[in-house]
Amino acid sequence: MVVFALFVISKAGGLIYNREFHTGMSKLSSNDYLMLAGSFHGMHAITKQLCPAPPVAADKANSTLAPSPFINRASGLEVLETSHFRMQCFQTQTGVKFLLFTEPQQPNMDAMVKKIYELYADYVMKNPFYTVEMPIRCEKFDRGLDGFVKVRS
Amino acid sequence: MSTNPSQTPGLRYPTNKKTIYDRNLNRSKNAELSRAAFAYLFIEMISYAQKKVRDVNDLEKRLNTQGYPLGAKLLTLLTSPARCHTACLGPTRILPLLQFIAQTLWRHLFARPADSLERSTTSPSDYLLYDNDPLVNQYISLPRELSQLNCAAFVAGIIEGVCDSAGFATESVSAHTVSEQGGGEGVVKGNELWPGKTVFLIKFKPEVVEREEILARGGG
Repeated sequence: MVVFALFVISKAGGLIYNREFHTGMSKLSSNDYLMLAGSFHGMHAITKQLCPAPPVAADKANSTLAPSPFINRASGLEVLETSHFRMQCFQTQTGVKFLLFTEPQQPNMDAMVKKIYELYADYVMKNPFYTVEMPIRCEKFDRGLDGFVKVRS
Repeated sequence: MSTNPSQTPGLRYPTNKKTIYDRNLNRSKNAELSRAAFAYLFIEMISYAQKKVRDVNDLEKRLNTQGYPLGAKLLTLLTSPARCHTACLGPTRILPLLQFIAQTLWRHLFARPADSLERSTTSPSDYLLYDNDPLVNQYISLPRELSQLNCAAFVAGIIEGVCDSAGFATESVSAHTVSEQGGGEGVVKGNELWPGKTVFLIKFKPEVVEREEILARGGG
């Protein structure tokens, strides 16, 4: 099982975190990474609009919780598979996107992305020195990811 | 809008006549708080302290000041007759005081004792209290320009508050990250295991040390 890389894209479509877990991967220039993130952001927004059957509104009488404004939205692109890699996209309620690149046969990617989201919530959002929408430079987040990926592979 | 106008101002009585003073002090003894809630509160405390500060020392001083009154109150709470059934006088010598901080206070605040306690080899009035992974720093990663900062200065303030109100005046209590360069191989290994290892440097005033020496000679 190989995890190649992780991208985090902000609500506005900027690349705020870019990390490679594997050596010997083909490199892009930093500008290319930014463009890639921006293009994916746009493509994700388009796939959201493409939904052929609009989701029906949930029955209000059935739900005990306050109706969520997100429940009826189409999710947009979630998985992208090619012959050499598989990309899982997870979008949080606030619009931050996590892109995880792995080998095509990687199982349990959902759980992995959820765990990464947990690490993000702990070590980035609870860090007093992090400003939202800015590039993530948090030592503990890096360390947490390292530990997590090492255990998996 | 009070329903009873004859009520004395200041202290409000709930309808069941139970004020905060009627509550059992032990009520919060084993209570647990949400770590995330504390983390978010601490973020706001740090941003508040960061306003109008000139440098890192200034910021640490402000965090220290925020912790100080907590220490004074915690000493009273933890030595109150409702809490401890035996000796309620509070610590009267330096060593029991430091034991009290490392065990009782640490357990109360962080649900575990401090990791080690040492007397400085260079200065007799200095004591070192180690915590391998301070709870307040659990989620904090420092930016490069603030790498000298240790947010456990807040906890240092609590320690200072306890020492001062117990009658052991301190020059200062400060928190420092244990540096990776210092020491031999063993220290470096310890740092890899505990990257956030913090030392609280407690400096007592000379008169406190002098009093301690007199007490020691008296055999007390």
